[in-house]
Amino acid sequence: MKVRQGRHLIFIIILVVAALWVIWPGNPGIHIGSYNRDIRVVRGLDLQGGLRVLLEADLPSETDVTSEQMQTARDIIDKRVNGLGLTEPLIQIAGGRRILVELPGIGDPQQAVNIIKETGLLEFVQMTRADIATINNGQVLQTDFETASGIQSTPADSVGAAAGPESKVFHTVMTGAELTSAGVVTDQFGAIKVAIEFDEVGSKIFADYTAAHIGEPLGIIFDKQMISAPIINSAIRQGKAVIEGNFTSEEANNLAVQLRYGSLPVPLKFIESKTVGPTLGQDSLRKSTNAGIIGLVLVIVFMILYYRLPGLVADLALLVYATLTFALFKLIPVTLTLPGIAGFVLSIGVAVDANILIFERMKEELRNGENLHHAIDLGFSRAWPSIRDSNISTLITCAILYWFGNAFGASIVKGFSLTLALGVMISLFTAITVTRTFLHTVLDTIRRADHPRLFGV
Amino acid sequence: MNIVGKRYWYFGLSILVIIPGMIGLALWGLPLAIDFTGGSLLEMRFEAGIVPEPAEVVAVYDDLGIRDPQVQTAGEMDIVARSVSIDEEQKASLLSALEARFDQPITVLRFDSVGPSIGIEAAERAGGAVGMASIGILAFITYSFWGMPNAHRYGIAAIIAMIHDVAVVIGVEALLGHFLGWEADALFLTALLTVIGFSVHDTIVVFDRIRENRRIMRKVKFEDLVNYSINQTMVRSINTQLTVMLTLLALLIFGGITTRHFITILLVGVFSGTYSSIFNASPILVVWENREWQKWFRRRRVRAA
Repeated sequence: MKVRQGRHLIFIIILVVAALWVIWPGNPGIHIGSYNRDIRVVRGLDLQGGLRVLLEADLPSETDVTSEQMQTARDIIDKRVNGLGLTEPLIQIAGGRRILVELPGIGDPQQAVNIIKETGLLEFVQMTRADIATINNGQVLQTDFETASGIQSTPADSVGAAAGPESKVFHTVMTGAELTSAGVVTDQFGAIKVAIEFDEVGSKIFADYTAAHIGEPLGIIFDKQMISAPIINSAIRQGKAVIEGNFTSEEANNLAVQLRYGSLPVPLKFIESKTVGPTLGQDSLRKSTNAGIIGLVLVIVFMILYYRLPGLVADLALLVYATLTFALFKLIPVTLTLPGIAGFVLSIGVAVDANILIFERMKEELRNGENLHHAIDLGFSRAWPSIRDSNISTLITCAILYWFGNAFGASIVKGFSLTLALGVMISLFTAITVTRTFLHTVLDTIRRADHPRLFGV
Repeated sequence: MNIVGKRYWYFGLSILVIIPGMIGLALWGLPLAIDFTGGSLLEMRFEAGIVPEPAEVVAVYDDLGIRDPQVQTAGEMDIVARSVSIDEEQKASLLSALEARFDQPITVLRFDSVGPSIGIEAAERAGGAVGMASIGILAFITYSFWGMPNAHRYGIAAIIAMIHDVAVVIGVEALLGHFLGWEADALFLTALLTVIGFSVHDTIVVFDRIRENRRIMRKVKFEDLVNYSINQTMVRSINTQLTVMLTLLALLIFGGITTRHFITILLVGVFSGTYSSIFNASPILVVWENREWQKWFRRRRVRAA
C-alpha cells in the first residue's frame, strides 16, 4: 500500500513537471533529430480574428463527387493558401461535398477569398542555364504575368545563392489558357510525365519560341511553383509537349487534372463565410481568461470552506488537473475557441463533482464510525460507480456533439465537445488517483490522531 | 426532507416554470440566427465615432439591391446589419458604399454569411443530434441498470427529466428572444446539448444511489427508498451545482459579450438540470412504480363530488 502510494506520488510529480514544461511560455518545442515541433497555444478564429469559409461542390446533387476529387481540391486550396504566409491555416474536407477553410489572423479577407477562387495557373517562362542551376523544383518564383489577386511569392528557404532567383522576375512566354488537353503518360523507361496539347494560337507561340531558343531551358511553373525546366532540343511544331518532373503517378495525375479543369477538379461555391475582426477576438480572449481564473479561485475557496482538509487536497488536485489539461491542449494541439474555454471551465465543475461525491461518501462512512484510512478508501470505492456512469453519459454527449460539429463543419461545436471530453477524462484521473494519493500522503505526514473537524464532520 | 411525498407540488412548480416559456414559444416562436435560417450579419465599427441612423444604412443596402436589411446600433460606435446572405464581393462594394456615404473609415468586427440551404441543414442536423444523444443516453442507462427490476424505467425517467430541461431552456430562450432580441445560434445549440449531458449526469448520480440502496435495503418501501436516496445525494447535488454555477457566473460577469448568451443559457440549464434530477426524475420512478396515473382521474372525480 505504502509503496504503491509512493510510486503514484512520484508518477504524479513527474507528470506535473512535464506539464509545466509544456505550459512554460518560453518552451522551445521538441526538436529531436528530424522531428521538429513547436509547442504553443493554437487560438481559434474567434480569439484572434480571421476568415472562415465553407465551400461546396457547385454541381447538381445527382452528380457524384468522388472523395479523390475533393481531396485534390483540398490540396490545391491548401497550396494556394500557403502562399499567404499564415501560421495556422486549416483546410479540411467536411462531409462529402464540402471544404472548410479557416484562416486565423488574416488581415485582408478579400485577398484570401480571391486566392481561393482563383484558377490554377500554368506558365511557361524564359530561363537561362544559369537560372536552373540555382532553382530547385517546387520553389516559388515571380513572373511578369500578374494574377488577379496579386499573390505574393514567399521566398524559399533552401537556396543559398546570394542574389537568389526569388528576387528575379521571369518572363512568361505563355500560360495554360491556350491548353486543350492534359493527360498522364509513361515513357519507355517507366518515367511518368504529363502530356499536354495546345490550341492553334498556343501551338504557334510555342513553335516560334522553341525555334528561337534551342538549347535553352524552358521553365514550367504551376501556381508560381517551379515544376521542371527541360532543355529545348528542337522546335516543337505539332502543338504537343511533355512536362517532365520526377512525378509520382499521383502527382502527375493531380497536375493533369488541375491543368484540365482550370484549377479545381470540382467547381466550388461559397456557402458560408465568417470574418472576425482582430480587436473583438483579442478582447474576448483576455476577458474569458480572466473570468476563467476568477471562477477557478471561487471554486477553490468554496472547497476549502466546505470540505476543509480534503477540500484543500481536492484544490491541489484541481490545480494538477488544470495544469495537465492545459498542457494537453498545447501538446495535441487543441484549437482554443471561446466555447472551447467554456467547455474547459465546465469540465472544472465536473472535476470538482467527482471529489464532492467522494467526500460526501467519506463523511457518511466517518459518521458510521469507520476509521479514517478505511473511510477514505470506502468513499472512493463507493462513489466510483456514480462517477463512472455520470461521466460516461457526458462523454456520450460529447461524442455526438463532435460528430455533429465535424459533419456540419461547425468547428465551434467541435472545439467545445473536444475540450469537454478531454477535461472529463483527465478529471477522472486527477479526482481519483491524484486526490487519493495526496490525501493518504497528507494523513501519513500530519499524524492526525483524531481530528474529524479537519474533515468537516 | 420529504421530497417524494410532495412530488406533485414539485411537478407543479416545474410546469409553472415551463408554461410561460411555452406560451412565448407559441406566440413568438424561437428567433433563429442566420446559422439556421441563412443570411448575413455584418458588424461594423464607425471609426470616426459618428454612427449613422439605422435607416440611412438600410438605404445603402436598398441602393445595392441587397434584400431584407435590418440594422441596429450596438454600443457607441458599432452597427449590426443583417440581410440575406451576400458574398465577399457584395460585402466589399457595400463597405465602400458605406464609407463613401458616411465619409469615415469602417472596420469590420464580424462578418457572417450563411447560404439558405446550409441553414436548414444545420437545423435538421441539430434535431438529429438531440435525438441521437437521447437514444444514446437511454441505451446507456438501460444497460447500466440492467440487473434492476424495470431497468428501462430509469432511462425513460432520465429522458423525461432531460426533456424538462430542454423545455425550460427553449422556453427561456423564446422569452429572451422576444424581449432582448437574442437569437438561437450554433452556440445556443451547443449550450442546449451540454445541458442535456449535464441533466443526465446529475440524474444518474441519484439513480445510482437508488440502485445501491435497493441492494442493501430490500424490505423498505420503494417510495421511502427513493426519498432516502435523494436526501443522501442532496448535499452533493447542491454543492456540485454551486461550483458549476460559480464558474459560470464568473464567465457571465467578467467574460466577453460574445459568450454572454451562451453562458446564460448554460446557467439556466444547469439549474434546471439539478432541479429536475432531484425533484422530477426520481419521483417519476415512484409514480411509475405505483402506477399512479390510474388514480389521477379518480381523485379528480372525488374532489369534484
